[in-house]
Amino acid sequence: MADTARTWIPSAMADTAAAPVTRNGFQRLMRRRSTIAVAMCVPLMAIVVCLIIYPAFYSIYLSMLNKAQTRFIGLSNFAFLMSRDTFWMVAEQSTIFALSAVFFKALIGLITAHLVNNLPVKGQRKWRGMLLVPWVIPLALSTLGWWWMFDPTNSAFNYTLRSFGFAGIPWLSDPYWARFSVILVNVWYGAPFFLIMYLAALKSVPEQLYEAASIDGATAWQKFRHITLPMMHNIIAITVLFSLIVTFANFDIVQIMTAGGPRNMTHMFATYSFLLGIRSGDLPLGAATSLFMVPILAIAAVFILRGVRKRGREIA
Amino acid sequence: MRSGMSRRTVLKTAALASTTMITAPYVRGAYAAGSLALGCWDHWVPGANKALIKLCNEWGEKNKVDVKIDFITSQGERDKLTAAAEAQAGTGHDIMSHRDWNIKIHQNVLEPLDDVVNALIKKYGPISPVAEYLARIKGTWRGIPTTVGSQVKPCCSRLDLYKEHAGLDLRDMFPADESKYDRAKTDMWTWDVYLESAQKLYKAGFPVGLPMGQTSDAIDWVGALSNSFGVVFVDAKDNIKINSDETRQMLEYLKKLMAVNPPEVYAWDDAGNNRWLISGKGSSIMNPPSAWAVAKRDNPKVAENCWTHGMPKGPKGRFVGQLPQFYGLWKFSKNKAAAKDLLTYISQKESVAQLVEASVGYDLPSFKTMYDLDTWKTVEPPVGTVYSYPPRGDEQTSIAGAPARSEVGAQIYNQAINTVMVAKFTQGNEKLDDVIKWAEKELEGTLRA
Repeated sequence: MADTARTWIPSAMADTAAAPVTRNGFQRLMRRRSTIAVAMCVPLMAIVVCLIIYPAFYSIYLSMLNKAQTRFIGLSNFAFLMSRDTFWMVAEQSTIFALSAVFFKALIGLITAHLVNNLPVKGQRKWRGMLLVPWVIPLALSTLGWWWMFDPTNSAFNYTLRSFGFAGIPWLSDPYWARFSVILVNVWYGAPFFLIMYLAALKSVPEQLYEAASIDGATAWQKFRHITLPMMHNIIAITVLFSLIVTFANFDIVQIMTAGGPRNMTHMFATYSFLLGIRSGDLPLGAATSLFMVPILAIAAVFILRGVRKRGREIA
Repeated sequence: MRSGMSRRTVLKTAALASTTMITAPYVRGAYAAGSLALGCWDHWVPGANKALIKLCNEWGEKNKVDVKIDFITSQGERDKLTAAAEAQAGTGHDIMSHRDWNIKIHQNVLEPLDDVVNALIKKYGPISPVAEYLARIKGTWRGIPTTVGSQVKPCCSRLDLYKEHAGLDLRDMFPADESKYDRAKTDMWTWDVYLESAQKLYKAGFPVGLPMGQTSDAIDWVGALSNSFGVVFVDAKDNIKINSDETRQMLEYLKKLMAVNPPEVYAWDDAGNNRWLISGKGSSIMNPPSAWAVAKRDNPKVAENCWTHGMPKGPKGRFVGQLPQFYGLWKFSKNKAAAKDLLTYISQKESVAQLVEASVGYDLPSFKTMYDLDTWKTVEPPVGTVYSYPPRGDEQTSIAGAPARSEVGAQIYNQAINTVMVAKFTQGNEKLDDVIKWAEKELEGTLRA
């Protein structure tokens, strides 16, 4: 409105009013929507810069210093890590953990989303709320609950198994069962996120497509294969990518339940990085360990996002 | 217009004022000598923090210093995270508690404390060699050993079960009076006897509980056992010595010992062995008297039969794992003189006695001359149960990772190379030579500059 008013000023008057131009210019700038948008984003941008961008660059810088942080040593920390068997074991474990956990989260999320979607509308909200509970409880708290159920000596699960005459399971003391346990907790925690995303995607599939398919005699599987999956493709891809990043970087579950043991066989990049950086006092090596996740996740992100873009173009 | 005050009057007034200021007594404000901020380890014994607060307040009032203490838990290594953040930021508390290897880790930002520690050594005699190994770096004390939180991890066993199932009278072997220690009896308590009795107790349904995870209780008892067998991981000159007959002998011994432990010991954290003893299922653990103290509240019948006593003896002697804590004074502190004075005050025997009493004998000073405090003689049940908690007789303190340079030792200890090696052999059933080769490779990594 101010801009419009300004255009009505005759040119002569505009010249005589040259003195207050700066103030008017500033006012105009402040009245622009884009300026207001930027101004409102400044606090968020400051948080992102201070808490994400600065620490990220600082950790890159840190990973290139020697143990005493007195000398720049380039990529030597990375080269050192790559020469260690334990590091490769951690890399393998992180990959197994992330891929299997994301796969099961996606599978359970998809199945549950279908089940919830097919419930009568009246009861659906109640079920949605209940199924979201694992995702809403603070992770450290729920993991402690799981730890008590898996407790090496007084496991509630083993108590139940034994009361039915079965032998107890070494949930956390056997390395392979320990891997299973941490993956299980991660799936329990993360599946509701997939559920809610997939449910939203399912609701957006036009009902007419299913009706047309029914008229053509399509089976339930054919409807799922040729209508539901293609329509959900982008949501599935983005959810998997997001979950892959979060799961790869998981710290709480492993740290609380096994702290990387037994025999280092449940360590993830994040817990191993904590062990080297904080507990052993080698911050540069710890930073280098955590940065190893970046290229792996970047490659995954490129492929997944490329698929999403391709699919978007096809739909367009 | 002339002023009413002449130049002479001005000079006279100024001179008078100066004289008054010089001769008047210095009146200090409530906290005239500034303030001190302490970040201290949060004690798990109820009421133990209060003893430290009381001592600090006493000193603060006397010296007109405002002392503030933040108690920081070691759960989830929050104390270590705080120290790492303060070291990086160059700001925070003046004095900070540092557990185990943290003095070494932050040595470059810690003020030398030679004057304080040397004065204490002069007054109280030799200091624990483990404390010296951890805090005296290149001849300079960068931390002062605290009483609060410092501990050793000797045996804590059930008198009744050992007597009934293993035929051993532990109270007779380690009486609550060092002058009554009988060398012939204590010498009988060897790792071989420990194994035999563990096998009998296992058969009786009361196994010993020795953790084999990657936390300090496991690392410390395996470290003490290693020293008893003469196993060296890396020597002081960076030579890797793990591939030795002593290591093979120790691993073979541990294969037998771990077979008579509950299988879940590989997943125990530092509370696992405590719970094992308190539950009444276990016959012996290696721990400070914390398990006994909790049993006193939760399972008094177990507590009445607990006896803390010396570690078994091996071919190279009797060793117990020690884990001291330290106070470090950051270089960026603005009140260093006051901080040193406070540290000296809380390290005096009179102060130590109060701290030991408040912790029911859990806290252990680093001076042997302070082991005669009454608390260890009097706490019960049974009377004298923690008398042998401070190392007595021929028991020596040790820490896993020594005698390697402390930079190397910190890596060996914190990466739990000793217990992972044992677990690979005893639980993973890997070949002895493969396990030693694995350890050699890991130790090579710890020597990285």
